[in-house]
Amino acid sequence: MLEVIGKVAKVIGPVVHARGVSRAKMLDLVEVGDYHLVGEIVKLDGERAAIQVYEDTTGLAPGANIYSAGMPLSVELGPGLLGTIYDGIQRPLEVIRDQSDQYIQKGIHISVLDRERSWEFTPVIEAGAGVSGGEVVGTIQETGLIEHRALIPPDMRGRITWVADAGSFRIDDVVCRVEAPSGEVGEVKLHQRWPVRRPRPVRGRLPLSIPLITGQRVVDTLFPVAKGGTVVVPGGFGTGKTMIQHALSKWSDADIIVYIGCGERGNEMTDVLISFPELIDPRTGRPIMERTVLIANTSNMPVAAREASVYTGITIAEYYRDQGYHVAVMADSTSRWAEALRELSGRMEEMPADEGFPAYLPTRLAEFYERAGMAETLSEREGSISIVGSVSPPGGDFSEPVTQHTKRFVRCLWALDRQLANARHYPAVSWLDSYSEYVEEISDWWQERSGGEWLELRQQIMDLLQQEGKLQQVVKLVGPDVLPDTQRIILETSDMFKNAFLQQNSYDRVDMYCTPEKQIKMMRVIIDFYSLGLENIKKGANIHQLKRMEVYSDIMRMKFSITNEEIEKIDKIRDKLHRSMERIGDMFD
Amino acid sequence: MENKVPEGREYIGISRVAGPLIFVNGIHDVGYNELAEVIDAQGKVRLGMILESSDNAAVIQVFEGTSGLSIPDTRVRFIGEPLNFGVSEEILGRVFNGLGQPIDDGPPPRVDDLRDVNGLPINPTARDYPRKFIQTGVSAIDGMNTLVRGQKLPIFSGTGLPHNKIVAQITRQSKIVGEETSFAVVFAAMGIKHDVARYFIRNFEESGVLEKVVLFLNLADDPSVERLVTPRTALTAAEFLAFSMRMHVLVILTDMTNYCESLREISTVREEIPSRKGYPGYLYSDLSAIYERAGMVKGIEGSITQMPILTMPNDDISHPVPDLSGYITEGQIVLERELDQRNIYPPIAGLPSLSRLMKDGIGEGMTREDHAHIASQLFAAYSHVKDVRALAAVIGEEELTPLDKLYLEFGERFEREFLSQDEYADRSIVETLDLGWKVISTLPKEELHRITAEELSKYYGQ
Ligand SMILES: Nc1ncnc2c1ncn2[C@@H]1O[C@H](COP(=O)(O)OP(=O)(O)OP(=O)(O)O)[C@@H](O)[C@H]1O
Ligand SMILES: [Mg+2]
Repeated sequence: MLEVIGKVAKVIGPVVHARGVSRAKMLDLVEVGDYHLVGEIVKLDGERAAIQVYEDTTGLAPGANIYSAGMPLSVELGPGLLGTIYDGIQRPLEVIRDQSDQYIQKGIHISVLDRERSWEFTPVIEAGAGVSGGEVVGTIQETGLIEHRALIPPDMRGRITWVADAGSFRIDDVVCRVEAPSGEVGEVKLHQRWPVRRPRPVRGRLPLSIPLITGQRVVDTLFPVAKGGTVVVPGGFGTGKTMIQHALSKWSDADIIVYIGCGERGNEMTDVLISFPELIDPRTGRPIMERTVLIANTSNMPVAAREASVYTGITIAEYYRDQGYHVAVMADSTSRWAEALRELSGRMEEMPADEGFPAYLPTRLAEFYERAGMAETLSEREGSISIVGSVSPPGGDFSEPVTQHTKRFVRCLWALDRQLANARHYPAVSWLDSYSEYVEEISDWWQERSGGEWLELRQQIMDLLQQEGKLQQVVKLVGPDVLPDTQRIILETSDMFKNAFLQQNSYDRVDMYCTPEKQIKMMRVIIDFYSLGLENIKKGANIHQLKRMEVYSDIMRMKFSITNEEIEKIDKIRDKLHRSMERIGDMFD
Repeated sequence: MENKVPEGREYIGISRVAGPLIFVNGIHDVGYNELAEVIDAQGKVRLGMILESSDNAAVIQVFEGTSGLSIPDTRVRFIGEPLNFGVSEEILGRVFNGLGQPIDDGPPPRVDDLRDVNGLPINPTARDYPRKFIQTGVSAIDGMNTLVRGQKLPIFSGTGLPHNKIVAQITRQSKIVGEETSFAVVFAAMGIKHDVARYFIRNFEESGVLEKVVLFLNLADDPSVERLVTPRTALTAAEFLAFSMRMHVLVILTDMTNYCESLREISTVREEIPSRKGYPGYLYSDLSAIYERAGMVKGIEGSITQMPILTMPNDDISHPVPDLSGYITEGQIVLERELDQRNIYPPIAGLPSLSRLMKDGIGEGMTREDHAHIASQLFAAYSHVKDVRALAAVIGEEELTPLDKLYLEFGERFEREFLSQDEYADRSIVETLDLGWKVISTLPKEELHRITAEELSKYYGQ
């Protein structure tokens, strides 16, 4: 029997006020009323408390009991997380479906991980060894792709008195005993719990230096993110936030993906559930679902659980980081999380700050993004968490609080542009408004792979795009014909770069993923078009002659006509370009 | 079973009335979001819903409004249940008010099951992904913003634009090519005028589907608070028809802007902290609870396709109502005043309109293999037309390059030949795509980078 720690005094939507509260701690988990709805204590004031309830409170009446669950809101961590879809408070949605119908009823209490399933465990430490929190006890092949490393819980240390032999174990089985210096013996099972609002500890932070390769050209080439970095993706509705996060989940070279659907559409999660098991990772040849954990708290699910979902997701990410993996977290959309905070705060009658958001919004955002980073784990491995958070600004106006505050705490911005999206230029990442502070930190990686050219090629393109931006101001007033061809070639090259390079169709079998090697080659061809073209123009050629070259349309189509496996064909296009340019040049020599 | 409310506890006298809300003191154990009957001095019963429940007080929103209620004489009876709607196949062909009470002359329909109108969230793992192409016969939709079964695709309109005509045309013409299925229409009116409701009813009659339609009417002169449950009652009916009766249901919700205004009214009376333009901060969640009740479920034949209509105040797409809707729905059909003024019907805006589920419903075996590319090329070219027109307005058409002049011509043909069609013209998808090729062939091949060489040789200039 759970202990009664108070009574319901008032119900307003997802917030319940309690009276007669004793022996409760801030952020304790509670169960409310006959349905035992899950909630969390978010405010304590004498014998009164405010509770945010993670389920629909319809029918809940004052006088109902409130029970203590005796612990803070926590996640369960162990093998079996990968490939699973959870709601915001980590209830497995597939199990819920199998137990009822298509609807999510309230008051469901089920186990997070499968307690019956056996795992093949292989110990990697021996009895007698001294250990501390975070060290690896043994390994389990969790999926075809990922080796799960069972860890000593972070707060445990001492000497191993016993460790299980290799064999089959369930998650509740003890696999190791540790005697603390105090003489107390702790048991290590194949699972552990961790409170979601507390970051899991690491030994230290490491500098960022490797890019998270996403296979998306505008990202990798223009606005790269480092492993361990943070990105914000603001954009009005339908500008492509979800698409870009899906693309990253599918193609980025992280070891583990945690995808948090926070207050968004049900069908988008269904889409992931249907497509991911069929998609094969280009690097490992395994279905990408084997490296993915999904958290789905869709817009019509209870708003308090939406608030919790980002913490559930990031804590799971930390657990895999602690095993020495590079994890990428997608949070779509952090605005819905902030709005959940606003709604809960409003119902608790707190003083609002900007646009009704609580004054602690920036603190919460900062805390969340600070959980990203490259770390040396407690077991002295290297692991990282990168976070990509989308923001849905009201009216697409980036001056609103969530966009503005988030920009202060992240180092990379992919600004999605309404005009580009309307013109079906996808991804609609604006090349003028976006930025990445990681370029320098990761440039060595690219320099090595491009024969030292990457930084310069990238800079040339950025310069051309900037110049084009200015020229367009003139063109809008007088038309392009008035410009000299030495300037028109800037327009044409930029146009080529936008169409043939920046635009990337996520639905095209070839184009949806582009290797770094292909990106470099494509960029070279386009830069050559500019520099050779400019030379020819200076000799007397005109812009139309350049556009009429047969190779022009080869360049425009190379992104989808040439696969990642046959990129030497791009060299052929480049040769052809050089020959065509020479021929034009010869006419004026 | 019968549509009867169980006996509940009754209290005499209320403490305060504010707008559509009443405040009751000295009560106990009243469930949040449950129903109450509010009885005035004359004994007339109105329904209300509990918005806030505390130890000895409750805030109740009265659907039929509070006019005529007095503090000492009003009685309140707590039912102990949320608002339910009684379902059975006898609801087909019937007319209800927003609360789900029949308002036509027929007998009360049989009740096989009582369902909470608030519904429950569909488990994402139980959903089936919508991918079946619905041919509406309207080129701008089928060709450029394809609708699929189970999608929620709203119409963003403005006052005086022909959204009703378009929706009526879609209702008349929609079909899945090569399939005979049982379908139904659920029509929910929120604060619209009598003649608009009549227009739709006449249309249903003309196309002989009236007995397949369930109407929920809350018209402009009906109580505005009732509007808050109208879409919920309607969707409860739709869920029954789709997932219990296995029918394919088209739900028309009009006008969502009126719905949102009622929500704002209640929120203001409750003195909640507003977010933009006075709308409550939870408008997004509230709208989601409506729009997300669309879709398909694995292993069940039926489906719910939603077509909400909303008017953008001042034609402003960034107004909270269209904005938040756009963040929830799976695309939007935007109507454009300028096209309408140029007498182009349907005036469906080329660029801001979008169908997000289009990709899975088109292509070989569904529409035609070239569909994705030709649509994408039309979008790209039309977007350039807008730039060229802006330029032409500054420097004059004569000063344009020959290529840009071709773009102007393409723009004109796109609007006059492709977009524009008769209210009764029902174009097949092949006709639509061929028309797309016809107008795009105004432009030289070299401009069409989004189309493959094979497609060009097969369709260009044909
Ligand atoms: N890279 C891409 N390739 C092809 N189509 C794309 C791409 N990016 C976006 N789109 C198109 O844009 C549509 C909207 O994208 P998406 O759903 O990601 O928008 P969003 O910003 O997440 O919108 P919301 O805020 O409403 O959720 C997609 O359905 C798709 O049609
Ligand atoms: Mg999205």
